[in-house]
Amino acid sequence: MKKKTTMTVLDSRMLAQDIWSLELAYAPEDLPEKVCPGQFAGLYPAGGEMLLMRPISICRWDSGRGALRFVYRAAGKGTRSFTELRAGDKMDMLGILGNGYDLDELGGKHVLLLGGGIGVPPMLELAAALNRSEDAGTRVTAVMGYRNNELFLKEEMEEFADVYIATEDGSAGTRGNVLDAVRENELQADVLCACGPLPMLRAIKHYAQEKDIPAFLSLEERMACGVGVCLGCVAKTTRTDEHSKVHNARVCVEGPVFSADDVDLD
Amino acid sequence: MNTSNSLPEMSLQKPDMSVTIAGVTFKNPVLTASGTFGSGLEYAEFIDLGRLGGVVTKGVSNVPWPGNPTPRVTEVSAGMLNAIGLQNPGMEVFIERDLAFLKGVDTKVIVNVCGKSVEDYLDVVRRLQKEAVDMLEINVSCPNVKEGAIAFGQNPDALYDITCRIKKEAAQPVIMKLTPNVTDITQMARAAEAGGADAISLINTITGAKIDIEKRQFVLANKTGGLSGPAIKPVAVRMVWQAAQAVSIPVIGMGGIATAEDAIEFMMAGASAVAVGAMNFHDPYTTVRVAEGMEKWCASHGVDRVSSLTGIV
Repeated sequence: MKKKTTMTVLDSRMLAQDIWSLELAYAPEDLPEKVCPGQFAGLYPAGGEMLLMRPISICRWDSGRGALRFVYRAAGKGTRSFTELRAGDKMDMLGILGNGYDLDELGGKHVLLLGGGIGVPPMLELAAALNRSEDAGTRVTAVMGYRNNELFLKEEMEEFADVYIATEDGSAGTRGNVLDAVRENELQADVLCACGPLPMLRAIKHYAQEKDIPAFLSLEERMACGVGVCLGCVAKTTRTDEHSKVHNARVCVEGPVFSADDVDLD
Repeated sequence: MNTSNSLPEMSLQKPDMSVTIAGVTFKNPVLTASGTFGSGLEYAEFIDLGRLGGVVTKGVSNVPWPGNPTPRVTEVSAGMLNAIGLQNPGMEVFIERDLAFLKGVDTKVIVNVCGKSVEDYLDVVRRLQKEAVDMLEINVSCPNVKEGAIAFGQNPDALYDITCRIKKEAAQPVIMKLTPNVTDITQMARAAEAGGADAISLINTITGAKIDIEKRQFVLANKTGGLSGPAIKPVAVRMVWQAAQAVSIPVIGMGGIATAEDAIEFMMAGASAVAVGAMNFHDPYTTVRVAEGMEKWCASHGVDRVSSLTGIV
């Protein structure tokens, strides 16, 4: 059940240049039934001049404390306003939105997580969820790509996965992108899960085709409603989409996680 | 302070919130603006659609339309720009899926119709003749498609002509939805009335643009888009007032409505009903909040019938 709720800020802090962590708690009566890795929520800037929610993927879900953690890039006016939040402040949120990663599909497999830049945070919840998998043989390796040696969330990821690093400036791990690190370390996997900028996702789609393994990609698009009404955030699909009847699927409803075969990224 | 609100509710007579447009009676004046509510299915998770006066659907064409490339939406001060391009699954899927869903909802159904040519519009209008639809709203005002739509709404002769032709085929009362992107809205309102329209609705979005100065390019793939949200409300109120003065058919007012007070402002300007648009995206509960707020406002201001507010300024 999707709802617009008022959340309480538990923690807000900077992790790296322009990268912030924000933890929000639900009021007990608003708790969601289920949160899947790869899903997102819409966070609203306060005030009134900025109307639209900012879609931010879920970095951690702590069902015991009823707390959601988001790690976002303070890139525009809206997300920059979030950095001023302090513990105890209130924030409106629309959630939980979208379709996440299919854990049943991934269980029992060697899953390679590929996170680039602000695509790293949703990989943390996915790694944590896979770590809890009861399917024997589930194995998680994570490759995280950064601009420089500000390796946010690396230590937390190490709790759940074997971690490899790529940096654009070569200051840590492999110089280059996540696929460069995959190749350098000769990493193998049964399935890929990725979140990051479009050129990275495009390259991962081709890599998965080359290796003939499935890949699940989390896409980003500008959104207005977040619930499938406005048709603002569509992704091009390779087949006629069941809902739209054209080659477009809603990132906010059918996505943000798509099978790489289903989306046309070129 | 607030003496009127502190009166015990028992002493207040429940105001009559119903409004009638072209023989169709709505339980309250609050509708949804086309394109901001789908067919209600998604928002049914948030609100009881039965609390709305009516649902105005997203534009429906005779065949599926893919819409524009992305980015299709972006935020601006107190509003947003969109250039969706009327993506829709076409009338057959719409009837099978969306209308079937709306049959189970206790509200009036207004289907927004779009097309590239007059024949396209007529295809949809004919196909809907025997369907459970209360009214048709004809989209002659979308600024984001290359053919049709706004081309019919910016020329009074073309608007008159398409209105006449649709009226000949339509089984339901016809609302012509007007664009604000014209020099004289009264000319367009009169053309629609002369063509036989049963009502007009306005305003559609105002054409705008936003440039990303770092990338030195337009934000929207379509370059221009339609501006909606509270930013456009004063323009919309002015145009609803002008149009209502110019014609005797009912006017449905919209443009940036966020609160019950906004809706009442539109009624006073001359609207017989109102529609909530972009604010649905900000808060999915807006429509119901506006409907409830209007009733409270009427009760606390001694207004027995909400329809009595129409055009009182």
